[in-house]
This record gives sequence, structure tokens and C-alpha cells, in this order.
Amino acid sequence: MPAWLPGIFWMAGSTLCLLAAVGVLRMPDIFTRMQAGSKASTFGLAFLLIGTALDIAEGATVARALLIAAFIMLTTPVAAHAVARAAYLTDVPLWSGTVIDERRLDQERVAASVEADGAANAEPGEPPLGDVR
Amino acid sequence: MPGVAEVAMFVMSVAIALAGVRMLLGPTLPDRVVAVDLLGTLTVGLLVVAAADAGQRAFLDAAIIIALIGFVSNIAYARFIERRKP
Repeated sequence: MPAWLPGIFWMAGSTLCLLAAVGVLRMPDIFTRMQAGSKASTFGLAFLLIGTALDIAEGATVARALLIAAFIMLTTPVAAHAVARAAYLTDVPLWSGTVIDERRLDQERVAASVEADGAANAEPGEPPLGDVR
Repeated sequence: MPGVAEVAMFVMSVAIALAGVRMLLGPTLPDRVVAVDLLGTLTVGLLVVAAADAGQRAFLDAAIIIALIGFVSNIAYARFIERRKP
């Protein structure tokens, strides 16, 4: 294995991590920031781990690198989903250029159909179906 | 003449500083949580490069612990944001 090979992976990984940080700093609202940060940092970390595993080519080091990579790739989407859900439910403002908000459209459609279905047989005081919080 | 590992560690430090700026700017609490999560991931990356540069295998164990704590704290922050009174 050539000695410069880990350096290639380290530079690729650190550049991706820098792009993730720039995305989190510059993107206009929380959801775009989140997708820039979580994806780029996951791939950047994977490259850094490959570089270190090639540089210290021992069984224990490679096993730890694989462990960190598997853990990060499993948990980053879960954490991003949890924070995005919390942010949406607490009405964090979307970017002014947002094209579509499908969940809001869905809620409005359900609320309208409940209203049309009949104020007659609906239980009074029942919460509308659209509010699934 | 710095080696390539030093250059990579410098780039990671710049990335950590940028994430820290977003954490200070906010403007909402979920924004800060996202920035702190990115800080944790970038710290793991810095430790991974430093482990090879310094020849310290123990840095990788520290990186595993930081990744674990970062995930659990992120889930806890998300539950807190959902349940607190606005």
C-alpha cells in the first residue's frame, strides 16, 4: 500500500466536513441546514475513518473504525429525524422560498372534509382529525 | 512543512469553528441543537485523524464515547423541544 493513500482519504473527509459546516452556517432555514450537516458530515467521517484504518493497519484499530462508522451511519438519520419533527411541531418558521409543505396541506384537507361531513353527527368537543400531535 | 494529517486537522478545526458560530447565532433552539450535533460529529472526526497522527489508539475509544453521548443527548434535546411550553 502506498504511503500517501491515507492522506487522500483524510483530505477528502476533512473537505466534506468543512462543506457540512459551511452548509450549516449558510443555509436559510433549519431543515435545509439539517440535510447539509447530517449527510456531508456522515460521509466525511466515513472517509476519515477509512484513512485512519489504512494508516494504522492493525486488527483492533480497523475494528474500532468499523464500529464508529456503523454507529454514526445508524444514528445520524434517527437523530436528524427526531430534531426535524420537534422543530416542525413547534412551528419553527420555514424558508420564505419553500415550495410545498405537504403536511400542512394534508391537515387542511382533513379538516375541511370533517367540516363538510357533517357538523350533524360529529361529537361536540371532539378534536379535529387533522391535529395528530 | 506540515504533514497531510496536520492539514486535515486544521481543516476540521475550521469546520468546528464554523459550527460554533451557527450555535451562537441560533436563531431558534432547534438550530442550536443541530449545530451542537454537528460539533460532536466533527469532534469525532478530529479525534480519528489525531489518533493516526499521534499514534494514540486510545483516541479512537474516546471518539466512540463522544459519538454515543452525542446521539443520546440529541434525542433528549428533541424530546425537550417537543414537550416544553413555547
